[in-house]
Amino acid sequence: MSMNNQGRPTGTGSIGSGFTSTSGSALLPNEPLLFEIGDTEHSGVDLPDVEISTSRLGGFERKMPLDLAGLTEPEAMRHYVRLSRLNHSIDSGMYPLGSCTMKHNPRLNEKMARLPGFSDIHPLQPVSTVQGALEMMNQLSHWLMTLTNTAAVALTPKAGAHGELLGMMAIKAAQDAAGQSHRRIVLVPESAHGTNPATAAFLGYSVKPIPARDDGTVDVQAVKNALSPDVAAIMLTNPNTCGLFEPQVIEIAEAVHAAGAFFYCDGANFNAIMGVVRPGDLGIDAMHINLHKTFSTPHGGGGPGAGPVVLSAALAPFAPVPFVRKGSNGLDLVEHAEGGALGRITAFQGQMGMYVRALTYMLSHGGDGLAQAAQDAVLNANYIKARLQHVFSVPFGDYPTMHEALFDDSFLAGTGVTTLDFAKALIDEGFHPMTMYFPLVVHGAMLIEPTESESKQTLDHFCDVMEELALDAKAGNKERFTSAPLKAPRRRLDETRAARSPILKWERPDEALKAAE
Amino acid sequence: MTTKFTPDHEYIRVEGSTGIVGITPYAQEALGDIVFVELPSVGKVLKKGDEAAVVESVKAASEIYAPVSGTVTEVNDALTGNPGLINSDPEAAGWIYKIAIADAGEIDSLLDSDAYAELTL
Amino acid sequence: MRYLPHSDHERAEMLGVIGATDIDALFSAVPKSALKTFDLGLPAHSPEFLVEAHMKALAAKNHAGADGPFFVGAGAYRHHVPATVDHLIQRSEWLTAYTPYQPEISQGTLQMLFEFQTQVAKLTGMDVANASLYDGSTGTAEAVLMARRLTRRNKVVLSGGLHPHYRDVVRAYLKDDADLECLSASPEGQGDILDHIDEQTAAIVVQTPDFYGHLRNIKTAADAAHAKGALLIVVITEVVSLGLLEAPGALGADIVVAEGQSIGNALNFGGPYLGLMATRKEFIRQMPGRLCGETVDAEGQRGFVLTLSTREQHIRREKATSNICTNSGLCALAFSIHMGLLGEAGFTRLARLNHANACKLADALAAVNGVEVLNSTFFNEMTIRTSLPAAALIERLAQRGILAGVPVSRLEPTDASIANLIVLAATELTTDADIAALCAALSEELK
Repeated sequence: MSMNNQGRPTGTGSIGSGFTSTSGSALLPNEPLLFEIGDTEHSGVDLPDVEISTSRLGGFERKMPLDLAGLTEPEAMRHYVRLSRLNHSIDSGMYPLGSCTMKHNPRLNEKMARLPGFSDIHPLQPVSTVQGALEMMNQLSHWLMTLTNTAAVALTPKAGAHGELLGMMAIKAAQDAAGQSHRRIVLVPESAHGTNPATAAFLGYSVKPIPARDDGTVDVQAVKNALSPDVAAIMLTNPNTCGLFEPQVIEIAEAVHAAGAFFYCDGANFNAIMGVVRPGDLGIDAMHINLHKTFSTPHGGGGPGAGPVVLSAALAPFAPVPFVRKGSNGLDLVEHAEGGALGRITAFQGQMGMYVRALTYMLSHGGDGLAQAAQDAVLNANYIKARLQHVFSVPFGDYPTMHEALFDDSFLAGTGVTTLDFAKALIDEGFHPMTMYFPLVVHGAMLIEPTESESKQTLDHFCDVMEELALDAKAGNKERFTSAPLKAPRRRLDETRAARSPILKWERPDEALKAAE
Repeated sequence: MTTKFTPDHEYIRVEGSTGIVGITPYAQEALGDIVFVELPSVGKVLKKGDEAAVVESVKAASEIYAPVSGTVTEVNDALTGNPGLINSDPEAAGWIYKIAIADAGEIDSLLDSDAYAELTL
Repeated sequence: MRYLPHSDHERAEMLGVIGATDIDALFSAVPKSALKTFDLGLPAHSPEFLVEAHMKALAAKNHAGADGPFFVGAGAYRHHVPATVDHLIQRSEWLTAYTPYQPEISQGTLQMLFEFQTQVAKLTGMDVANASLYDGSTGTAEAVLMARRLTRRNKVVLSGGLHPHYRDVVRAYLKDDADLECLSASPEGQGDILDHIDEQTAAIVVQTPDFYGHLRNIKTAADAAHAKGALLIVVITEVVSLGLLEAPGALGADIVVAEGQSIGNALNFGGPYLGLMATRKEFIRQMPGRLCGETVDAEGQRGFVLTLSTREQHIRREKATSNICTNSGLCALAFSIHMGLLGEAGFTRLARLNHANACKLADALAAVNGVEVLNSTFFNEMTIRTSLPAAALIERLAQRGILAGVPVSRLEPTDASIANLIVLAATELTTDADIAALCAALSEELK
């Protein structure tokens, strides 16, 4: 099969003869699809087959066959256990994916989220019957506001990007209410998460990029030059996506406020500073917090997340509904917008299950433990940087890094090995690759976030492997990298082929044949 | 017959009053494997700088802008089934659309091959 | 601290390798005025049993579904989740993996998503489904934006039977713009959305069973929309209904959005839930959210990857199809396992059981003095009009230990005509004794 310049298969190779079911080898299973092992007669759930004397379905009964495959309980257990073994996970090995904060997920969190008093309550049952849930939300809010020194928090956003959307909506609502609707520009540094400009554009703002300085940080003068009476806000990630704390963040906030604009902070990297630095002290007006990064709620193979947004006093009146408020008879849930508030961004109360897990984590760590966790996360990243900088190339070497170590690909110059190849070789050594090619401002970026959960022993092993790989690449052993991974359940997959003729669901072989004709 | 370029990496090959538009070898290299092309409809009237088509690669989706004003006269339907033509032969078989040039004067404001080559150094 | 592996000795050793005098040296970029200049006043770290006691005390203050007769629905439904589902989703390899960006070591998650997409496509009768969205409400807003992109038209009409929260979310996403038309509440299944479709209409949004439990005619709506070049978005909040009701795809729906919580996921006081979205094949490039596709690896073995992801990470970011980064992976896994356990046979039986219990509930309620059942059609949910205001009545029933449903006024506080309406649901968990207890209590309260 031919490969393109990034070392990915190009979709021009011969098509395999279709799937052949084998049991795989040793502990590495080859698992057929649910639809290849199940059928419409089998079921793993015992339910009575009831008679319905007079149906009220009004003639809308199903005629199209469901054709859903079923498995009995033992078959289902085996299918999903075997599939699970094809995944890397935090529990099975280090997962140093930069900007994703793959820290340990305590199981006490899971146990607490499953207490019937939290899991078996309905979002619309009477408020008098869920006082404990509202109190739990209040306690979580207290922790989040205290750690950030802010006036309010909107809990409901479903994930970081959703929180970002909400934060910018609150800024827009506040400016509309103040007769400042003419402010149509949002400043976004070049190193920002890609969601930042997308969010601003979604709300109808035009995005003005702020260039990064040579040292990877934002220049207060560049911000001042870009500010005008038409600027609504700046969206700044701090610590930034290069893993650096913005040294002039207070001056930037002051300049932004002096121009009548708001400061939205992307809090994706809050894990580096929780309990050590309070974003409110830096002058932020709104910041989302990824509970699934900083506060250990599980990533779950890609969600669900949760992205509460803390708000300054100026933005607090513009928080969305619902929120908890002290009432005459216990706690109330305010479910309808008052004044200029922006209404509702999701049905019900948001990610309650994640609130329980996050509060459990906070109570376990305590204020002291959270600060220690942040400091250990920063210590670990700097340790990796210190151990590897003699072999790897560090783009911004002058500052200590925060919770991430960033390398560029100049150490691979002339080796014929790309960042992607290097990352895939790491798989063969038992590690999940680091984040690659992000941030975009660094060529061939490798962004490593060890988190506080890794022991010194694991970090040393990781650094030994990284060092050995780098030396081997420099020694000209290109093949080891370009052919990697060799020991994973699959070799490199053909993404081009997947995108050129998408197959997005299973079809019976005869149907698939017909569809292809 | 002259070929001109835009800073956004489109080329336009001028044949009489018709221009043939595609993306440069440099652009296809940077984009990687093209997986999908959204073609304009024939008869569409474009102003210089308008979005004319979208090419999607495994890495990014990007707009193809009209290098000059005019009307779309023909599109390369072969790209629908084989978008990889843009990678394998960007300047010939991988052309995207033809445009009836409304204002020949706009051609002059585009980059010539030397200026474009300098841009992509 | 049990989650932190380093000893103080190791920390000192590591600082030595870094060449830093102390940990504060690593925070040297932080302005002095902001670094550790405060006392948080938060409690210190705590042993597991104390944290557990704290959380249990909070949980104990809530009335859980299992504590008494339960009829609350209105967009979230109390169903049984098999023990197998909850066990499997807590396996480390599912729970603690991230988005499958490295497909070689994420085939478990990817194959599961491919199976999930297939299940959702079959359920809805549509060509393709994505790998999930946050929930049904945000999914509805995304579907509306998608319809605008597809039609290049702006006007959107929301049926009066759409869940009021869903309507409010669409309003917030669309900044309440002038092209959004929200029809007033239609608790009796009335209101003809078909009269509101014109040549400027991008889409109409119709929920079935609707918020009040009525089954809506999807075929008629699809034909009327298509006649004007508009799209039909079908919203389903109770996905179990698809076990008995015709698939929207067979009736002409263009985009189907559903809340998938009912299968595999607990009530959780409102989240995390699971947004399902399915559409026609020709619309996939405008569909938001992640997609998993089949391909082969370098040795020709079948494998799966995230695909078409450039739609979301568009080079000009303002053209991105949505700002969504996260799907609802673990909830999708729970859904997929539960659906795999049910299969067609089990899923159909589950739907019949829900409908049968709802029929019993409707008949029993109709016999209570002071109660009028508004539905002639329903799946497992219905609306009643009571002779007394609903909100206070629901509160009094709650004091008796019966969670009797949702007063519509809680969601539509400004509409006085609905002050006496209650939406109630029955599921497979509803017993004859629950129904008898509800009706007895209602009879007493409405005397």
